[in-house]
Amino acid sequence: MSAKIDARGLSCPQPVLMTLDEIKAGKTSEIEIIVDTETSKENVSRAATSQGWKVTDVSEEDNEYAISIKKD
Amino acid sequence: MRLKNVFATRWGIIGVGLFIGVFASLLQKWGNPGNMGICVACFERDIAGALGLHRAGVVQYIRPEIIGFVIGSLIAAYLFKEFRPRLGSAPIVRFVLGAFAMIGALVFLGCPWRAALRLAGGDGNAILGLLGLIFGIWIGTLFLKKGYNLGRTQATHAAAGWMLPLIMFGFLALLIAFPQIEGQNRSGVLFYSLKGPGFMHAPLLISLGIGLAVGFLAQRSRFCTMGAIRDFVLFRQTHLLMGFIALVAAAFVTNLIVGQFHPGFKGQPIAHTMHVWNFAGMVLAGLAFALAGGCPGRQLFLAGEGDGDAAVFVMGMIVGAGFAHNFGLASSPKGVGPYGIEAVIIGLIVCLFIGFTMRKRSKT
Repeated sequence: MSAKIDARGLSCPQPVLMTLDEIKAGKTSEIEIIVDTETSKENVSRAATSQGWKVTDVSEEDNEYAISIKKD
Repeated sequence: MRLKNVFATRWGIIGVGLFIGVFASLLQKWGNPGNMGICVACFERDIAGALGLHRAGVVQYIRPEIIGFVIGSLIAAYLFKEFRPRLGSAPIVRFVLGAFAMIGALVFLGCPWRAALRLAGGDGNAILGLLGLIFGIWIGTLFLKKGYNLGRTQATHAAAGWMLPLIMFGFLALLIAFPQIEGQNRSGVLFYSLKGPGFMHAPLLISLGIGLAVGFLAQRSRFCTMGAIRDFVLFRQTHLLMGFIALVAAAFVTNLIVGQFHPGFKGQPIAHTMHVWNFAGMVLAGLAFALAGGCPGRQLFLAGEGDGDAAVFVMGMIVGAGFAHNFGLASSPKGVGPYGIEAVIIGLIVCLFIGFTMRKRSKT
């Protein structure tokens, strides 16, 4: 199971809160988060890592970032 | 792949905090008021005074540091391709939050940056302010946990992102066109102070240069004094907190070296000893910053990278400063202003109203 979070247009801490909510829900081992600022990208990656998750991929297109994280 | 942002690392944010701490302390040595090397709230208030939006004679000066913060961030954002013009996340709410954040800060006599610098200078009253700040931000995190949210921004025209930077260029142009004339409280359209904190300032180019450097570094590192406390309370994350602590430590050591450390509660520069209102003023400011998603410095840096909502918050702060002094809400070294206590209570009610009502979950 993988989940997708659309955090475009939201500023921190919202993207981080949404990511942590999904991680804590425990329903999935892979999440893709879409954000639209470099800051959100850094914050989401940092938060995921602190939860013991791994950032597997970050792709950028049209000023949007898709961050893939996976339970380690 | 882009280069990794070194300023977003732990040592990056610590380095930026150290830089700000050292130069804030030195700005005091070079002319800025006591324990006010950098105070975003006070400096925006001084700008409001210079423009005549309030007529408190002792706090009137276009502070180049503020101009530098926005332009420095703008430069960094362009260099690293992070200029993202965006707006539309409840701007009027941000304006109101900005106004009350300013009023709360002026009851304490300083924003979080100055609270840190006051502590680093030995002002014990800052402890009350910082405790209030933490308490206010803690209330904010409760709302965040309940889904408080001002909604999404939208990408917009580059010109919209340029509005606050252009206003700052305008302020700089005014400052250059109408420089201070010795012994005169007016120069062209601008007001100047003949005494008091507004009279005390480092030379223009030094203030502007340090402002630009701080703006640049803070944009890269996402330095935020409110976020420092919020992230720790909310996630037990210490990333931004390290930067804030580094600022205090660096300012403290620099103050010791240059002889600016004077511990005590009484007779501290531009401070009063009404503990309850030092605390409560910063509860209001902390809550307003938390609800708006950034400390007053961070709002300037965000505005520099194109965030129009942060720009509205800044304008709210400047207008709030006008109200604070025109209505007698701001404190002075003698204590709180005649209507300061009422303003803090009203501000808290307004912030709680915003926190309780704006909690639409933005699900995917």
